[in-house]
Amino acid sequence: MMDWLNFLFGVEVAVGGLLSGVMYALVAIGFVLIYKTSGVLNFAQGAMVLFAALTFVSLIERGVPFWLAIVFTLAVMTMLGFAIERSVLRPLTNRSPMVLFMATLGLSYVIEGAAQLIWGTQVHRLDLGISNEPIDFGGIYVSQFDLAAAAIAAAMVAALTLFFRFTRTGLSFRAVADDTFAATAVGLRLNLIRSTVWTAAGFVALVAGLLWGARLGVQFSLSVVVLKALPVLVLGGFDSILGAIVAGLMIGASEKLAEVYLGPYVGGGIESWFAYAVALVVLLVRPSGLFGTKLVERY
Amino acid sequence: MGTLLQFERVSAVYGGSVSALTEISFRVEEGAFVALLGANGAGKSTTLKAASNLLPAERGRVTGGDILFAGDDVTRIDPARHIRAGLVPVLEGRRLFRALSIEENLVTGAIGRGFGHRRIAEGLDRVYDLFPRLKQRRRSVAGLTSGGEQQMAAIGRGLMAEPRLFVLDEPSMGLAPLVVAEIFDALSRLNREEGVTLLVAEQNSSVALRHADWAVVLETGRSSLSGRAADLIARADVQDSYFGGAVV
Ligand SMILES: Nc1ncnc2c1ncn2[C@@H]1O[C@H](COP(=O)(O)OP(=O)(O)O)[C@@H](O)[C@H]1O
Ligand SMILES: [Mg+2]
Repeated sequence: MMDWLNFLFGVEVAVGGLLSGVMYALVAIGFVLIYKTSGVLNFAQGAMVLFAALTFVSLIERGVPFWLAIVFTLAVMTMLGFAIERSVLRPLTNRSPMVLFMATLGLSYVIEGAAQLIWGTQVHRLDLGISNEPIDFGGIYVSQFDLAAAAIAAAMVAALTLFFRFTRTGLSFRAVADDTFAATAVGLRLNLIRSTVWTAAGFVALVAGLLWGARLGVQFSLSVVVLKALPVLVLGGFDSILGAIVAGLMIGASEKLAEVYLGPYVGGGIESWFAYAVALVVLLVRPSGLFGTKLVERY
Repeated sequence: MGTLLQFERVSAVYGGSVSALTEISFRVEEGAFVALLGANGAGKSTTLKAASNLLPAERGRVTGGDILFAGDDVTRIDPARHIRAGLVPVLEGRRLFRALSIEENLVTGAIGRGFGHRRIAEGLDRVYDLFPRLKQRRRSVAGLTSGGEQQMAAIGRGLMAEPRLFVLDEPSMGLAPLVVAEIFDALSRLNREEGVTLLVAEQNSSVALRHADWAVVLETGRSSLSGRAADLIARADVQDSYFGGAVV
């Protein structure tokens, strides 16, 4: 009987971890989209998440109805993504990845500064109207909010997948991600495709911002969730959406399990560094990550 | 029939200083099959990239002269607009999108010209007609197909844009003689039966001269000789000195 209860408890911890892993994956996907088309690790993704959540919550606080606020925030994020691509990244085309990375690092401060200027610095509570009551699945308690978050994330991933698989713009995106020079020579319009991807990244940032914001409160530390996305990217590979999802789930589950089962031996606090330790090991053993590009070619 | 492509004393450099082309001049008449010959490093690829304005992407640029396509100066026109005007390149080394399927690669060629579903379907039929092997391999990941299939797909991708001037860079590179023959036969058919004008860079001068009707020879970035292919074939001495003995 005791064994059974222990087992149930273990499953509950793992499920909770998987569900928080969904949230990591959500942020990581935003990175992957931009990395694949622009070849840049967009450090400003976290700031975009914050900006989206702040814009949304401020609109709600001013009495704007929920769906209108969603639409408006999405429009703002679209414009933000578009403006970044135009004004920062396009002039830097063909520059080294380090230059691009520094540019997005700078950009993240500009966006955070702007958010602070427009919306102020206080912490906002964000209520999406999803209850946080746990549901009982035969002895395993799962948070209703986490389940809803996972469902929303899954729907978003499905929408993105369909878009990239079955539309001409999606096909163009995959072509540009594969070989930018060939895509130019074929006549694909890189600028249009990159703008579309920044728009998609803005959309992902909005979804991530709402879910994280509802969980942690909308505050400036939200932009720090990017730091949790980095080990996910290292593990999954920077250029794989599937990798971001799988790695997000793995890191979410393993850090929770490690906290519960290994924590007592090392005095706890494992959750705060476990993901980075995993990333370090992956970098040493398999630098392209689990799903990252290894050139497939036969001569 | 007039002149479709004209190079007038065109010079080009890489990285601001490395000179790759010095005042080269030549013409491609509408309906012709022109071979651009020369040893490795002679400047064939640079010439073709200059024609499609692809040099900036490799940190190169045209420093002098004029490139005219159908009478218009196209020296500084964006590559996507070249495609829409009908000047379509097939790059050296094929450069397929490796993670995409063969058919997806073909479709990108039509998207590049802004074609919709109907033109895409027609284009696929035309390409599969020319290269039946591609039809069998249409769902294969491009990076995992053979070199010959990749070259056919690269040519097919270009055809999807319905070129008026089709510009190919060393389609024979790294392929077995039988496959090379198959590819050049297909090019000849495009030229004869559909009237597509061809400009084909080759190191493999004997195959190119057998199929082309006009040839331009480059030597260290200068146009050194041009003439009817049939006349050049006869001059084996020329082949040795200009083509670095690369006669297969
Ligand atoms: N990307 C590049 N950067 C610098 N130099 C280049 C580049 N590509 C070609 N070159 C130089 O330009 C000259 C012509 O090269 P290329 O046009 O590729 O010749 P070919 O296609 O006839 O072999 C060569 O001297 C080559 O080294
Ligand atoms: Mg070459």
